[in-house]
Amino acid sequence: MEALKECRANLLVYLHPSNAKNVETAVYRELSSLLFKFNEALDGVVLTYEPKFSSNLARILPGIHPYFGVKLEAKLLLFNPKPEMLLEGEVVKVGQQSIHIVVLGFSSAVIADEDIREDFKYKIKHGKEVFVSRSNKKHRIKVGTTLRFSVKNFDEEILHMCGSLIPDNTGNIQWLETKAEESQAYSITEKRIGNKRAAELLEPDNLVPYKGKLKSENHIKKSKRSKSRDS
Amino acid sequence: MGMELHAESAGCAEMEIAEITDSDLFKLVRHALKSVIQGDPDQYEQLLRVMHPDEGVLPDVALLVTCLKALSGSVSCLDIVHHKSLIASILQMSMWNYGTDVMDALMEFNISLATSSGQYVDLCLEMLVSNFMPPDSFISLLNQPRGILRKGQVIDRVHSTLTYIAKLVPLSPLRLERMITERMPHIFTKEPLILIYVENMLKLESGAIGDLVGRTMLVAIMDKLIDLDVDIAWDDILQEDFTKGIFDMELGDLEWPMDDGQQNGDELQISWMERYFSGNLNAQKLDSLIVLTFEHLNICKESGRLSQVFHTLLQSFQQTVLMAYKSKFAQFVLFYACSLDPENCGRRFADTLFHKFKSSKYPEWRMSAVAYLASYLARAKFLPISFVAEYVESLLEWCSSYCFNQGGSINPKAHKEFYAGCQALMYVLCFRMRSMLAIPRIRSRISKHIEDILRHPLSPLMVCLPSIVEEFLRLAKVTHLDVPDNVVSSNLLESELSMAFGGRERLDTFFPFDPCLLMKSDRFIRPNFVYWSMVRNSYDNDDDDEGTSDEDDIEICTAGNGINIPNDGAARSYDQDLDEFGNKMSKMSITPKVAQWGELQSGRQMPSSLLPCPDSL
Repeated sequence: MEALKECRANLLVYLHPSNAKNVETAVYRELSSLLFKFNEALDGVVLTYEPKFSSNLARILPGIHPYFGVKLEAKLLLFNPKPEMLLEGEVVKVGQQSIHIVVLGFSSAVIADEDIREDFKYKIKHGKEVFVSRSNKKHRIKVGTTLRFSVKNFDEEILHMCGSLIPDNTGNIQWLETKAEESQAYSITEKRIGNKRAAELLEPDNLVPYKGKLKSENHIKKSKRSKSRDS
Repeated sequence: MGMELHAESAGCAEMEIAEITDSDLFKLVRHALKSVIQGDPDQYEQLLRVMHPDEGVLPDVALLVTCLKALSGSVSCLDIVHHKSLIASILQMSMWNYGTDVMDALMEFNISLATSSGQYVDLCLEMLVSNFMPPDSFISLLNQPRGILRKGQVIDRVHSTLTYIAKLVPLSPLRLERMITERMPHIFTKEPLILIYVENMLKLESGAIGDLVGRTMLVAIMDKLIDLDVDIAWDDILQEDFTKGIFDMELGDLEWPMDDGQQNGDELQISWMERYFSGNLNAQKLDSLIVLTFEHLNICKESGRLSQVFHTLLQSFQQTVLMAYKSKFAQFVLFYACSLDPENCGRRFADTLFHKFKSSKYPEWRMSAVAYLASYLARAKFLPISFVAEYVESLLEWCSSYCFNQGGSINPKAHKEFYAGCQALMYVLCFRMRSMLAIPRIRSRISKHIEDILRHPLSPLMVCLPSIVEEFLRLAKVTHLDVPDNVVSSNLLESELSMAFGGRERLDTFFPFDPCLLMKSDRFIRPNFVYWSMVRNSYDNDDDDEGTSDEDDIEICTAGNGINIPNDGAARSYDQDLDEFGNKMSKMSITPKVAQWGELQSGRQMPSSLLPCPDSL
């Protein structure tokens, strides 16, 4: 999925002197405070972290409370959706005016009716709300569907997204993948057919003796030339 | 949906449509929302008037519901800047003022708006939290059937909406818990309002998003209990006659209307509360909140969540209650939780306190912890005697080990933890002496160590509270325990030495689980509580007949199956207990009246509830 990136960050974590006996726990606590919040410096929402301590030395800040700075390198997994990115999430609500999705279990997304392509038609089937594709009735979006959508905007404060189902490559992932497999299978079949035709052409019955072929080609060429000469 | 709108509908002349369908209505509302952005505010203002009619004009409920539903389907057209007034007018509506149709429409709009864009989440959550409490005009109706019905309707809808929003916006509970704690009513808010707010918090704790916000709710409630607790100064309790000092909470001293048969229990309670907490409504609020918490703990027990909830309470206790200066009532929440599950919660509480006593950084925390432990072991009726014996042994070992490692002479300030430990030991033994000594192994352990500890040059008998020392020595004599008997009776509640080891905080006189003086809470605590009168009576019998053998003692107590304190030999009803509330409390105190210290009959009473000295206040 797009919007996920891994990065290595050199961090300097300032700790209260009371944490001097248990630096590692304190650093983990500080890093935990970054979770599920958008961080401008890191340009993303921190989802996981893995600190690596390279030194046991720390810089002490002068002051009433001598905080000390611990240097570390952290491997971070960031989430930063940008417009036009394709994301996947689980549909949690379908309504006539909107589809609601949860991405990675924490970020909410909504697709308003004007951002749902006209191919999809809102229906209530067996008491459940569903969007069904007009072009392919097997393409359905209902609660529980894993949906691929395009990002329109991302609210960094509440980690809420507005999405779109306008692009053709968006919709029910299961259906999209089945379609992709089918088209791949089709292209393979086509290729096979193409190869088969080529093989058929190479079969002995179809083979023209090389000399003869050359002769015939030369003949054609000749004839062309002769035609041109004639003309 | 489709409905008929009439021309005479309030302020809706422009919306004269004979019959419109849902989609027509959506188009109409969307047009109104879009036209105001393009500079045509007419239809938008009509919409505003539907939501917020002019003064004196009753809202057209059908129109209101219809417009709210149409707006729910048009939230994508709302703009926080251009439609600020409309959004504000809807979110400021109090559900308590409307019927269920409007409530449902409001909640539908709220969900749609909150999930349409990140910028509305906080606004919608705030609206829901503000509906935790009714408007002031509704308070008087809260006790009436109509008010109770409306309360149920509102609260159910608010909580189901919060749960639904949390499902669609997974991070909303994070914002919700912060919002709830920030908007929590202060201690001077009217009692019905603060109660209903806390009721909502507890409902959240046990609700679908309880796993996410429950911990914060419980911690915030405990904090509020402490806020109220510390606001009730001992001076307030004793305001009627301050010269009586610390002993006026002995209810037996009051002019209790015992002979007035016309007064029922409630009136007694009100009379008592008015007498002691008049002008201090916070005590009543605290009492009601503690009862609410007790009831919640009962529900947690029934649903098998008590252990989880207790974990949070215990953490909160360590961070706030234990650190608070002589908390008076809030700790009974822990006591009651322990009574519901002594095997698990009861043990965890004692373990935590003993661990704090042994390993905390600061002497004051250690002294406070051991004071809690002693008071808990002495007063908890639900604790098996083997359990109490285990901690008495641990305290003995700790004190013995301290004596072994320390030399020198009396120094109350330098060895305050030791004196606190010794005092705790003696205090527990005052209450549990007979039961303890009935177990041969414990008797031998106590006999082995107690003399060494008490005869140590640090002289705990000289430093600990004289009242406890005297009672302990008297009971030791009754039960034939070999202890020093050369301590001169001082006839004093406290001495200069005890004050010195208690420090400025007077932790020497801190008995956190002394009888709970809150009447409503007492109903829950009483069946699980050891009153001094219960213990005292059994020793008095021995006093009268010093020839009583150990075999007789064993008959009275049941080792390993909880304390079995003789209770006047007959089962007693709650009403009887309540009637004697005052008398029992008076019997359990060795604490003399300030004006009568000199008249104290040595060793006749145990501390009930002690006050810090005026200097330390």
